[in-house]
Amino acid sequence: MSEERFEHVIDSRRNGKLLDLAELIRYRDLIKLFVRRTFVTQYRQTILGPAWAIIQPLFTTVIFTLVFGNLAGLSPEGVPTFIFYLAGSVLWTYFSGALTATANTFVNNAHIMGKVYFPRLVMPISTVLGQLISFAIQFVMFLGFYVYYLIIGSGLAPNLWLLMTPLLILHLALLALAVGIIICALTTKYRDLLVAIRFGVTIWMYATPIAYSMDIVPEGLTWLFMLNPVTPIVVMFRYAFLGVGEACTMYLGISALSTALLMLAGLYLFGRVEKTFMDTI
Amino acid sequence: MSETVIRFDNVSKEYRRGQIGGGTLREDLADWMEKRSRGDDAHKSGDRFLALEGVSFTVKRGEALGIIGQNGAGKSTLLKLLSRVSAPTSGTISFNGRVASMLEVGTGFHRELTGRENIYMNGAILGMSKREIDAKFQQILEFSEIGEFIDTPVKRYSSGMYVKLAFSVMAHLDCEIMIMDEVLAVGDMAFQKKCIERMAGASKDDGRTLLYVSHNMNTIRQLCDRCIVLDKGHILYDGDVEKAISIYMQNMSESRLSYDYRNYVRNCGSWEHKIAIDSLEVLERDNVVLKAGETLKFRISARALRDVPAMKLRLQVASIDGVVVGTAFSDRDVSVREGVSFTAELKFSACGLSCGSYTCVLAAFEYNSVGETRRIDYIEDALRFEVEDKELSWDRNVFGYVKLTPLVVDSLEVEGRLS
Repeated sequence: MSEERFEHVIDSRRNGKLLDLAELIRYRDLIKLFVRRTFVTQYRQTILGPAWAIIQPLFTTVIFTLVFGNLAGLSPEGVPTFIFYLAGSVLWTYFSGALTATANTFVNNAHIMGKVYFPRLVMPISTVLGQLISFAIQFVMFLGFYVYYLIIGSGLAPNLWLLMTPLLILHLALLALAVGIIICALTTKYRDLLVAIRFGVTIWMYATPIAYSMDIVPEGLTWLFMLNPVTPIVVMFRYAFLGVGEACTMYLGISALSTALLMLAGLYLFGRVEKTFMDTI
Repeated sequence: MSETVIRFDNVSKEYRRGQIGGGTLREDLADWMEKRSRGDDAHKSGDRFLALEGVSFTVKRGEALGIIGQNGAGKSTLLKLLSRVSAPTSGTISFNGRVASMLEVGTGFHRELTGRENIYMNGAILGMSKREIDAKFQQILEFSEIGEFIDTPVKRYSSGMYVKLAFSVMAHLDCEIMIMDEVLAVGDMAFQKKCIERMAGASKDDGRTLLYVSHNMNTIRQLCDRCIVLDKGHILYDGDVEKAISIYMQNMSESRLSYDYRNYVRNCGSWEHKIAIDSLEVLERDNVVLKAGETLKFRISARALRDVPAMKLRLQVASIDGVVVGTAFSDRDVSVREGVSFTAELKFSACGLSCGSYTCVLAAFEYNSVGETRRIDYIEDALRFEVEDKELSWDRNVFGYVKLTPLVVDSLEVEGRLS
């Protein structure tokens, strides 16, 4: 009945597209600002400021070194226990932080989302990017210790896989985003998932070789551990920097594949709830 | 001028009654089991209600459209749908251009950030790029009258400054469609006037389209050139502003003796909904026309959604055209535990109010030992009544809304008395 054409049409159906990249790019300034806001407000009016970012993985590492390394003997021979655990916990701190924050996206930002439209994916994306700033600080700390151990010569064997590091971090970030938006989409309906996620993340950590080395996993079970998409990333990272373990390229490929599948599932679920979650949250 | 920018086509929106909030997995499983054992979905249908039903209209470029209606008529729902915060249950909404919505003052303001940072933040949320905001920054700053405080965190701002800054960002956005939900009710008078002029200018000179929801008929008159009256989710009237206002007033002055707020959608952005006032019933009379000095007795029933150690009620009385006249506070406080239902009988004296129709906001608030108060429930247009005064004719525009205590004539000496 009408000849007019409209730029925007809103109805009850979900968007045809799984991902509207053009729109996200239009809102890139908002993403930047959210990243900045998260980081700035996190540390404004604290005594130690961004130093807090270092304290958490450092403490975890010290505890791992004392408990798992020295008492239980779960670390590998040949490299300093401390740097071995530090490599793992820096990665895990990022992954768990990004995952938890993403999963809380809707609940934490309901007050903004209830008032104004912007592409909902902006929020989880900027969360994952924002956590990268803390990660960068932690990574610099890691490099500091790493260089120290290199200089005193303690059996570290870095190799060319080091060049893969940015890709590994990207992989980890995408994985956190994918799992995060799946949980986020489900929490709009089931709020109790938010409680479950806290111990879910802890269990996941023990299923990943953070507090131990792959050496202690029985030979026959290695494949099972490696199917955990985080594991090959951690193993590869340690191999590149420390020279322990092995380059698990095949499992890394499988992990990339499962990350892609999780991402598709995440985008689908997220797209299904993003239009109406304000009515239920 | 004749180009259509917004089209609502048979739009309906359904909400679930009662508890609006995510269920838990256990509840859903229990629901599912129940459904299976009963084999039907009947128990669910009663929980739903339509906030909008089959609404259709179009808006042309440059029009300033007012939307008025009673509580629960669907005004806010309509704006929410257009600003894409929520999606319609059925029907389609089409529009051209960017929509800047201001459903609440200071959307996205973060307390820890400075005014400057918040301008960028808020602009970006509303869809502007950094470059566009750069270009407008000086204008925004000047309009807001914030001056040197621009680099102070907004948590140190007074509420007036906060509102000014928020409105300034909104008013300077490059957008084709502006949506406002009664934001002008805040700020000082001079600034309100400035805002109205700015918005009127935006629609008349810049050809922007404006949708404005208000209970204040005066601002509707000043701003809008067309008006829609909504009633229970339907469009009652669409057209001339004065006609719309008179229909609305007529609709408003129907006296009711009992009110049910269970379907009322609270607009709680900045406060926590801890008490749900469910109903109000006028007692001991069959009309709500009060003679000067008479008392209105009513009973409310409510539920506590959270523990509240100390709460009171207040009744904010406004004249029917939206001017707030005064507020009555309950003289006793009450403490309630989560999950408890309670009723209260209250007496309100219309003493001092001049004749005319009034509408009240019923609010519950909690307070602590240092006197901080926070609202925990807020129902606009919760109760209506009329005051009748046969003695004198009363012209509100000249006399105001309150009849002060009489001017007592202490002594009188007249020289040439007319007899």
